Amino acid sequence: MVGVEDLVHFRYYVSSKTINKLIQVHDRIFCCIAGSLADAQAVTKAAKFQISFHSIQMESPPLVKAAASVLKELCYNNKEELQAGFITAGWDRKKGPQVYTVALGGMLLSQPFTIGGSGSTYIYGYADAKYKPDMSKEECLQFATNALALAMGRDNVSGGVAHLVVITEEGVEHIVIPGDKLPKFHDE
Amino acid sequence: MLTLYNPICSLYNPIYYTTIMAVEYDGGVVIGADSRTTTGAYIANRVTDKLTPIHDRIFCCRSGSAADTQAIADVVTYQLGFHSIELDEAPLVQTAANLFKASCYRYREELMAGIIVAGWDKRRGGQVYTVPVGGMLVRQPVSVGGSGSTYIYGYMDSNYKPNMTKDQCLRLVSGALSLAMERDGSSGGVVRLAAISETGVDRQVILGNQLPKWSTA
Repeated sequence: MVGVEDLVHFRYYVSSKTINKLIQVHDRIFCCIAGSLADAQAVTKAAKFQISFHSIQMESPPLVKAAASVLKELCYNNKEELQAGFITAGWDRKKGPQVYTVALGGMLLSQPFTIGGSGSTYIYGYADAKYKPDMSKEECLQFATNALALAMGRDNVSGGVAHLVVITEEGVEHIVIPGDKLPKFHDE
Repeated sequence: MLTLYNPICSLYNPIYYTTIMAVEYDGGVVIGADSRTTTGAYIANRVTDKLTPIHDRIFCCRSGSAADTQAIADVVTYQLGFHSIELDEAPLVQTAANLFKASCYRYREELMAGIIVAGWDKRRGGQVYTVPVGGMLVRQPVSVGGSGSTYIYGYMDSNYKPNMTKDQCLRLVSGALSLAMERDGSSGGVVRLAAISETGVDRQVILGNQLPKWSTA
């Protein structure tokens, strides 16, 4: 799973999911999950409740940082029992598009882009080489699709359909790419 | 299917403490390696040479236990040299690869060695054979090995094309190795490259400050 953000110019965010690994925790905030599916679903369910409660109290949409923070609290306070990592990403009025990683033990980190999951190890090199700041939406989508296709080609537990979600101020757009339409590389 | 993801420590110990790579091109091969040898957290040698000549036009890239791979390489060098004298001509890369496989497979329980054998011979030109832990042997146009190799599979898959020139191969290998060295704590130091062809072996070293730079998060 890959989350990519383009910070300044075009205010676009692209996140990706495979099957049900993308949970919408608020209108403009999504969460990619990795690790124990049961743990991740339980955590995101609790987080979804807390975030919508917070949003009602504040009478405004939640900040992406707030949503990520809610997840972090849950992960950190229950670190003995849980085994799930998250990428929280979305758009808010204050800072625009953002990406946060919540790692296994409860670390919270803000990054321009991030990758996670078992397949991510195979694309660290590719992502480091190909990422540049301020990409357009099409470039981001191409970057994410290629990275996913490469990871799915090497990781035996990643595969099937690639889901991508573009989150902007205007709304949320789902893009689904079936396995046979993914980009192919030299050995396929 | 459940997948376990742990960014803080791997669920299995990395077996290879290095990054090695070899690419075939029309007329030869390009091989490369990092230069770090670690004992635990201490870098025992930061300028290691992991590209070992086995014969005039045949090299091996070593990953895994330094002692095991040195011992195997010494044995194969002797066996190949003897075979070459008997044959009265330059040995085939495939022969060298099979000698590595024989040792690695027979003693697979005792050894921890992942080796890439690469070279040039006049029958098949440039060839790359990989002999990973366990003693399998397979020929591949491009191969990576070592603990740092997992990070560059995607880069390698997307950037390798068949029928590249020698310079393109050199750029591919040095780029891939520098990416792996940035991400893998057990790989680092300098990048050692060697281009093997009919005319000979051309070795070079790329120092840390001369490595290609990438914009990373």
